[in-house]
Amino acid sequence: MRNTRMKTLLITAVVFAVALWSFAPAEAAPKKGGTLKFVVGSKIPSYDGHIESTFGMIHPIRPFYSLLIRVNPDNPASPTDFVCDVCEGGIPAPTEGHTKYTFKIRGDITFHNGQKLTSADVKATYDKIISPPKGIESNRKAFFSMVESVTAPDPKTLVFKLKYPTGAFVPALALPYNFIYSKADLDKHGYKWHQKNVNGTGAFRFVQHQPGAFVEGKRYDKYHHKGKPHLDGYRAISAPKMAIRLQAIRGDRAAIEFRGFPPKARDDLKKALGDKLTVQESDWNCNLMVTPNHKRKPFDDARVRRALTLAIDRWGGSKYLSRIAIVKTVGGVVFPKHPLAATKEELTKIAGYWPDINKSRAEAKRLLKEAGYPNGFEFTLHNRGVDQPYKVVGTWVIDQWRKIGLKVKQWVQPSGPFYATLRKKKNFDVSIDFNCQSVINPLVDVSKFISDDKAGNQYAQYQDRQLDKWFEEMNKEPDVKKQRAIMRKYEKRALDEMAHQFVTLWWYKINPHRSYVKGWKIAPSHYLNQHLDNVWLDQ
Amino acid sequence: MASPSDLAVSEMDFDALPERSWVDKIKDTARKKPLGAVSACAVLVMLLVAALANAITFYDPVQNAFDSMHVAPGAAHWFGTDQFGRDIFTRIVFGARTALFVGFSASILGSTAGLILGVGSAYFGGRFDLIFQRFMDIFISFPLIIMALSVVSIFGTGTQNVILAITIPLIPRCARVVRSSALAIREIPYVDAARALGFAHVRIIFRHMIPNVMAPYLIMLTSFLGQAILLEASLSYLGLGVQEPTPAWGLMLQGGAEEYAESAPWIPVFPGLAITAAVFAFNLFGDAVRDTLDPRLRSE
Repeated sequence: MRNTRMKTLLITAVVFAVALWSFAPAEAAPKKGGTLKFVVGSKIPSYDGHIESTFGMIHPIRPFYSLLIRVNPDNPASPTDFVCDVCEGGIPAPTEGHTKYTFKIRGDITFHNGQKLTSADVKATYDKIISPPKGIESNRKAFFSMVESVTAPDPKTLVFKLKYPTGAFVPALALPYNFIYSKADLDKHGYKWHQKNVNGTGAFRFVQHQPGAFVEGKRYDKYHHKGKPHLDGYRAISAPKMAIRLQAIRGDRAAIEFRGFPPKARDDLKKALGDKLTVQESDWNCNLMVTPNHKRKPFDDARVRRALTLAIDRWGGSKYLSRIAIVKTVGGVVFPKHPLAATKEELTKIAGYWPDINKSRAEAKRLLKEAGYPNGFEFTLHNRGVDQPYKVVGTWVIDQWRKIGLKVKQWVQPSGPFYATLRKKKNFDVSIDFNCQSVINPLVDVSKFISDDKAGNQYAQYQDRQLDKWFEEMNKEPDVKKQRAIMRKYEKRALDEMAHQFVTLWWYKINPHRSYVKGWKIAPSHYLNQHLDNVWLDQ
Repeated sequence: MASPSDLAVSEMDFDALPERSWVDKIKDTARKKPLGAVSACAVLVMLLVAALANAITFYDPVQNAFDSMHVAPGAAHWFGTDQFGRDIFTRIVFGARTALFVGFSASILGSTAGLILGVGSAYFGGRFDLIFQRFMDIFISFPLIIMALSVVSIFGTGTQNVILAITIPLIPRCARVVRSSALAIREIPYVDAARALGFAHVRIIFRHMIPNVMAPYLIMLTSFLGQAILLEASLSYLGLGVQEPTPAWGLMLQGGAEEYAESAPWIPVFPGLAITAAVFAFNLFGDAVRDTLDPRLRSE
């Protein structure tokens, strides 16, 4: 009797469990078809990923190309999770004392023009990136300074030999700009052909580009990641004005914008669209910096530069600016979520990050007095003519400097002249600058602080051999703990002791999009995860 | 036909008329041109507001006050606050300084340069006038804003460059009008007499011709004021004018229109109203000056 009751209870429980399982909402399977429309707020200078650095090129063009390896599309937030794209299996373990990486290249990949991809294509691509012929640009060759040679011993094998072991190599391979080009195209058409032509192995084929209007791509049926892409195609619509991009999403003329909107825009969209809008947010591997011109007085004086950074209330600014701008996180030279980043306790020991802003500003005033400027002085802040976050943060730092008696005017230029001033004319007092990277790779990302004859993007015009030495030591140090210790010394010298240039706040990425857009996961960079092969429309 | 005695009487009556005070003259003008009077009052108020900005506001126009971000209009902040917590009324009052400084500077410089060039062109005539006027034609063929944008893109942003950008397109417009008046003046015998006496060209232009074309000059000057204020606001709105944290109406509109038109409409609305009111007042004022100085438009 008792056994029968137990059996009945057991059966009931099993039936109930099975019923529950069958009625539970299953994770929706991707739907095939549809065209994704998204808006892009910047122009396309050229189609060549090897020479460009703007999301204006990445967002519309990246889906036409593949990479050797890429950030895991299902876990793009991780700074260490990489997966193969045109290679096979996983990321290979290094051999020969961590100086040799042997990749197996897939044999089932064809370019959009029908030509088969082999390791020779990948080698030709990396030769162009790492050691381009004279007169051919390559924006990120410095990222591969550790590479001794690239060889393709057979059509399915690619070997990188490094000069020294370093953790910076694998993340550099995953840079979204490293489009794989066909060797035949490079040999036949030359190294500039890809600036105006497209032939990749990506999930989508190039259909057309109407400059200033849109770029159109359609599904590549022979794409090597089976079952993908889910979309029939996409249309990247050019919309330089933020108001237009917002209205496009609001009116469902576009489903998403991949760079990011300020918090107020998110709130307005959410209020208007409710459940029809999904918001993804993430820390952003971008920071806005202040760069004093060391060749101009009084910014050649470290006391004056320290006063500038001490005046800035980063902790307070984070609280309020995050409500009106795409900045939020307080951090040092390393992406805040990375194991190499300073902890809050470590940060508060650096000038400009002290928890007591009044004490900090008192010290700033003392330093100015000591430097011969008891009543402050006047200077001009050079800034980029882009609201988010440049002009907002520029207005904020000017106000912060007023609190220590400095009178600051703002000189705003459109992007082209802004870069020309930083890179060529160099006729600024203090400039807003930024350090935006794609793959989180702090060992390379912090190169912005080394001497200007070694870093191509350091505009403060100083040389600090101590920083150069520590930078090299860090990159060659296999022990993460020791790397971290060197990074702290490096950070303290760059931001505090010498205050060569300094970080204001790190950016914060907010991507409101139509809820029917599925499969796209926000990454800590607006350059990452833009291949679109896993995106689908729930319509 | 009037007799000599009649004439004597009328001359005597004329001398006997009491001289009207300037207050009476103003009252008379106000009665005849009420719109002009209202606009003159508005311009005067604007000038006073700009001059006494420190006395009539309670807040710092540039200091951030993050505790008061996006406060709606009320007793503490009549026009509300912006995204940096700055009082909008205060910034509009101080923004009047920017508008008037840029407006007056550009109008006076543009009109004066146009006056000198226009009179010079008429005086010298011949091939010089022909070539000079073709250059003026080229400049006039561009819309004001396009010309100003071109100048800013060459010289860069900032208050001085904005003044320059507005001044340059105003010059040919004034020069053309002034030249037509100067052409008539050139044919009057006293100019020939001055030449015959051996006066230098500069002296003839500045002493004998320019004083006689002051009416069209003043008309152009006043009509340019509204245009210059609008151009300054337009350039600032496009991010090419004066820059933050300087209070300027166009800049305030630019900073608030896109992001806050919906959630905090007071941020773009009040600067927009200020621009509208100022341009309207200066345009009416310019019309009134024209009506007063242009003999063809005088009602009496």
